[in-house]
Amino acid sequence: MNAKMTDKLATAVFVSMAAIIVTVLAGLLGYIVFHGFPKLTFDFLTSPPSSFQAGGGVGPQLFNSFYILFLTMLFTVPLGLGGGIYMAEYAKPGRVTEFIRSCIEVLASLPSIVIGMFGLLAFVNLTGWGYTIIGGAFALTVFNLPVMVRVCEDAIRSVPKEQKEASLALGITHIETIRTVLLPASFPAILTGAILASGRVFGEAAALLYTAGLTTPRLDWGTWNPFSESSPLNIFRPAETLAVHIWKVNTQGLIPDIREVADGASAVLVLSVLLFNLIARIAGSYIYKKMTAQK
Amino acid sequence: MEWIEREQAAKDRLVINKKSSSVKKERRGKAVILGTALLIILATIAITLFLVSKGLQSFVVNGVSPIEFISSTEWSPSNEKFGALPFIFGSFAVTVLSALIAAPLGIGAAIFMTEIAPSWGQRILQPVVELLVGIPSVVYGFIGLTVVVPFIRENVGGQGFGLLAGTVVLSIMILPTITSISTDAMRSLPGGLRESSYAVGATRWQTIYRVLVPAASPVLLTAVVLGMARAFGEALAVQMVIGNSRDIASSLVESTGTLTTIITLNIGHTTFGSLDNNVLWSLGLILLIMSYVFIIIIRYLSSRRKI
Repeated sequence: MNAKMTDKLATAVFVSMAAIIVTVLAGLLGYIVFHGFPKLTFDFLTSPPSSFQAGGGVGPQLFNSFYILFLTMLFTVPLGLGGGIYMAEYAKPGRVTEFIRSCIEVLASLPSIVIGMFGLLAFVNLTGWGYTIIGGAFALTVFNLPVMVRVCEDAIRSVPKEQKEASLALGITHIETIRTVLLPASFPAILTGAILASGRVFGEAAALLYTAGLTTPRLDWGTWNPFSESSPLNIFRPAETLAVHIWKVNTQGLIPDIREVADGASAVLVLSVLLFNLIARIAGSYIYKKMTAQK
Repeated sequence: MEWIEREQAAKDRLVINKKSSSVKKERRGKAVILGTALLIILATIAITLFLVSKGLQSFVVNGVSPIEFISSTEWSPSNEKFGALPFIFGSFAVTVLSALIAAPLGIGAAIFMTEIAPSWGQRILQPVVELLVGIPSVVYGFIGLTVVVPFIRENVGGQGFGLLAGTVVLSIMILPTITSISTDAMRSLPGGLRESSYAVGATRWQTIYRVLVPAASPVLLTAVVLGMARAFGEALAVQMVIGNSRDIASSLVESTGTLTTIITLNIGHTTFGSLDNNVLWSLGLILLIMSYVFIIIIRYLSSRRKI
């Protein structure tokens, strides 16, 4: 076989590899949407699950997922921003910076089940809270923090140096420069990164199994006092999220319509993640255009 | 009156004035930012210390033999026999097998995006890879359970649950990790490398095989190791398709387990502090140690980066 034939053959192999990947994704998405979409009725999305009979929904789970996501982002965004600013602006090359970078690397590479185990130890047993929403949100904060730090650091670093220097040359202090020049300029990138990270948090289950728990108490949608036992907003109640629910019905479910519930819940998860991706792209480029007066 | 105000404002902004509010603000801001950086260190140290001390308890307090723990194949908590080898073997087996499938596919796709169809290929594959990253692991597990497992049962044999199903699910899960890092690696190669190879008459395949892939090899290996780290630590997707028996896998289609699956299944059902529970934390310690090992390998590879 001569060189040209080999080259053509190799090209064909590479093209088919790319085709396999595209087919896998198309198959996955098609399968989930095709099976799950018909189940997405208003009733399914709002009614509570049933433990033995068919026809339960995922209302509380959907609420829990968003609530835990909200709390997690409430903790991670400021922390990630602080860490990112430190790494981009204050860290001097040396041992300490190297050590922090290693720590971020370790945190990022820990399996989520290990973070869940740490959460079980620290936020469930040590605090004596039991399975709680806040424990789950703390575990997910640990899970999400390295991602947010990297997003913020990269975003701040990518602001043109001249902008920062111009501000410093005007006699504006470093922290004011960060606040008034660097942060606004890096805002679109940070927002995009935060929304993409939200997608990851929304679908995470392993870190939540033994921190936020596998059950949801009966919720009273009329009580919005966060300290009431049955209030959906109570952060000291156990809460099963949508991703955890998919796992639970498939491994220990007793309901006859496991397949339907899992189909519907998977579709909600995947469509939400798609939506997060879409919003991240649109919001990022829209704000960027708005801020840079680009047409 | 106006000029006085303006002068005061200018004075405030002078950095030399130590008592000025802007200096205080600067210090306060810096303290907050330093605090968050310290929190990252604190979190990492806390996780490591907590899990190491908890993971050693079964050896130190309960007297389980560490050698037996990692070399025996008999896991039966009711008889106080704790041989974790089946799970350790299962974890390594699915990790290596899924890397064997995902590495060629991922690197191939990266080469397709950078060398063969840089314009339209990338416009299609880039979003595909990003979406694959975004699909939650339980959804991969669920698809594995409803599509892959029945397919294996009908076409390959056995119950369908086992290493093969785990491998298929994991290789799809780690594919985007390997693809995106490999793409970056191929793209960051200096263009002169490519052009000089074409200039001496090499075909595209020869250029890829003899010049580009060797030049990018440390980063390509890093991509594969990162993918393996992800596969090793994945819990729920594997748990749903692997069958969860306690025996060492004798064939690809026989039910078995991994470190993550046995932890996921049992840590909630055993009493905290009991022997049955402590050994699970020891399994968690192995996971922690392995994620440090993966980091060390990646560090070593990046120090060998040629270009």
